[in-house]
Amino acid sequence: MYLVVEQLLNGLQFGLLLFLLAAGLTLVFGIMDFVNLAHGSLYMMGAYFAATFVAWTGSFVLGALIALGATLLLGIALEYVALRHLYGRDHLDQVLATFGLILFFNDAVRLIWGPAGLALPLPAWLTVPVQIIPGVYYPAYRLMIIAVALAVAAMLYLVVMRTRIGMLIRAGASNREMIGALGINIKLLFTLVFGLGAALAGLAGLMQAPILTVQIGMGENILILAFVIIVIGGIGSIRGAFMAAIFVGIIDTMGRAFLPDLLRKVLSGAAASTAAPALSSMLIYLLMAIILVLRPEGLFPAAKR
Amino acid sequence: MKKAFWLAGAMALALAQPATAADSVKIGFVSTFSGPTAVIGNDMRNSFELALDHLGRKIDGKPVEVIYEDDQQKPDVGKQKTEKLVQSDKVDFIVGYIWSNVLLASLKTAVDSKTFLISANAGPSQLAGELCSPYVFSTSWQNDQTPAAMGLYMNQKGVKSVFLIGPNYAAGKDMLAGVKSTFKGEVVGEEYTVWPSQLDFSAELTKARNSKAESIFVFYPGAAGVQFLNQYAQAGIKAQIPLYTAFTVDELSLPLQKDNAIGIPGAQEWVNDLPNAENKKFVEDYRKKYPGLRPTYYGAQAYDAAQLINSAVVAVKGDLTKKDAMKAEMEKANFKSLRGPFKYGNNHIPIQNFYLQDVVKDADGQLSLKTVATIVKDDQDKFHDKCSMK
Repeated sequence: MYLVVEQLLNGLQFGLLLFLLAAGLTLVFGIMDFVNLAHGSLYMMGAYFAATFVAWTGSFVLGALIALGATLLLGIALEYVALRHLYGRDHLDQVLATFGLILFFNDAVRLIWGPAGLALPLPAWLTVPVQIIPGVYYPAYRLMIIAVALAVAAMLYLVVMRTRIGMLIRAGASNREMIGALGINIKLLFTLVFGLGAALAGLAGLMQAPILTVQIGMGENILILAFVIIVIGGIGSIRGAFMAAIFVGIIDTMGRAFLPDLLRKVLSGAAASTAAPALSSMLIYLLMAIILVLRPEGLFPAAKR
Repeated sequence: MKKAFWLAGAMALALAQPATAADSVKIGFVSTFSGPTAVIGNDMRNSFELALDHLGRKIDGKPVEVIYEDDQQKPDVGKQKTEKLVQSDKVDFIVGYIWSNVLLASLKTAVDSKTFLISANAGPSQLAGELCSPYVFSTSWQNDQTPAAMGLYMNQKGVKSVFLIGPNYAAGKDMLAGVKSTFKGEVVGEEYTVWPSQLDFSAELTKARNSKAESIFVFYPGAAGVQFLNQYAQAGIKAQIPLYTAFTVDELSLPLQKDNAIGIPGAQEWVNDLPNAENKKFVEDYRKKYPGLRPTYYGAQAYDAAQLINSAVVAVKGDLTKKDAMKAEMEKANFKSLRGPFKYGNNHIPIQNFYLQDVVKDADGQLSLKTVATIVKDDQDKFHDKCSMK
């Protein structure tokens, strides 16, 4: 029983982290109709900035906050310099250009920080396990990820649903030409949205960094999952991304946790241990395929254009 | 007429071949030079270059040409690169291969063309057994040997039960099988993770803690080892269940693992402080030539590969067509290995010692690896009976 609770928490934590990455991606894709493969690079930059600034300032929280600001500025600069010239273009052009950016960022990081990767050590107060219910311990840092991600989700909800900027963002998602025609500065709006998406990706990267390592190409595998999530959730929908990310996180973790034991009941031990990891990594793609068949628009599609 | 023309051409080529080949020694080097594990490939290249420096950049008076190819840690790419080296570059030797799955995919190409292949790291069980070949040598080990030594050490420590975690690919399976072959206690759980994409081990760590095992054994080379130790420490399991490892803590991962690695024992056939003159010179010159870097066992094995090639070419006085004579010479392991002297088994896998290594602070206050004890002497892999060479 405790095992299930702990694994559910693992899944939730992973899902929420994916949400941060997917939220930015779905905003940019849904509102700006822009395919940004370099989103994973912003995730990587967030982690590298955090590792650098935490080492400089000596404080984890301060370093993380500076890194967050730096990723936001980087996102805005990137949009201003390179990406805004691509909005009118075909999706294929955007894919090619942003793929080029991935290569650019990977090599820039290799030049600046070297090929070996960095470590982002946690402060002592985050490395202790916390007893959440009697008998169940959970790493404090992973609990913090859950808390921060939930707070960010709530804030995003409030910003998008309750503020004027949010109204414009939603209007932009439904009909871009119309809000442009109504005299809204769409260029500025897009820059802001892109910066917000970059900051969210950076936040995901810097929070993941102490668990994993900070290394070149760290954003590429996880970006695939983020795309799966926005397809399942419905492109442009923050609520969809939130639900889908939690689904994907929990299914992935539960698959890894319990599938091997289930398979061992049917298959021989060796065959089960080989097949289980392969099968559990397929589960989320299976989920995506089923959802694409049943609801091609995703679970919570943004309002129709 | 046309046929005759082609025939003449082919004969001219065949005649030309030994003449050009004899001018230099051509070595293909397949390793990972891009992506997160490129640091390993770089270390192997650094050590191989250092070995060539020590040989005066010449083998038996001939200049050496090394062609480095990046396998991107992918079996299909490794196979392509091996084919390129064999078929278009026509190399005399192929060296390298970090990953067992990459080596297994590339093996047939080299063996079919009768090109000598020297594995400087990967040691899949198949290579030691049914797929052994007169043209294939190893300067490393068979995968099962190192974890098997760790299993012996765990017996010495009186460990009663273990939970095994490793990556789901050829080497991961060999490694866990290796511990099981010598560990006398109970194996309460065995988990395989998706390789190389899975980086979060929370589900496996949770299961290990709940299994009530007395110890955990893992095999995670490269950056995955850093991630595993981070998560093991953060989950507070480090204080509860001791960890035993193979190929998880090395000089490349240590600067990132930092204090998380202290107190984590590992088994290895080479440690930087092994007391022989060649090894001292290797470690000193490496640190001089590549400031800020420290050599690893990957590099030491690549260094040995260069020395093995040198011994073979010198024995045939530079006539690289005498493959049987070169094979016979290499079987003697007639060179000064950095790990100290060793013998080759019938399957061309070293019969060698394995040491217990521990993490300590060295004179410069930096974390470093140190030999603590010899776990097993003159250990031979257990697949050599399955090899058809006697």
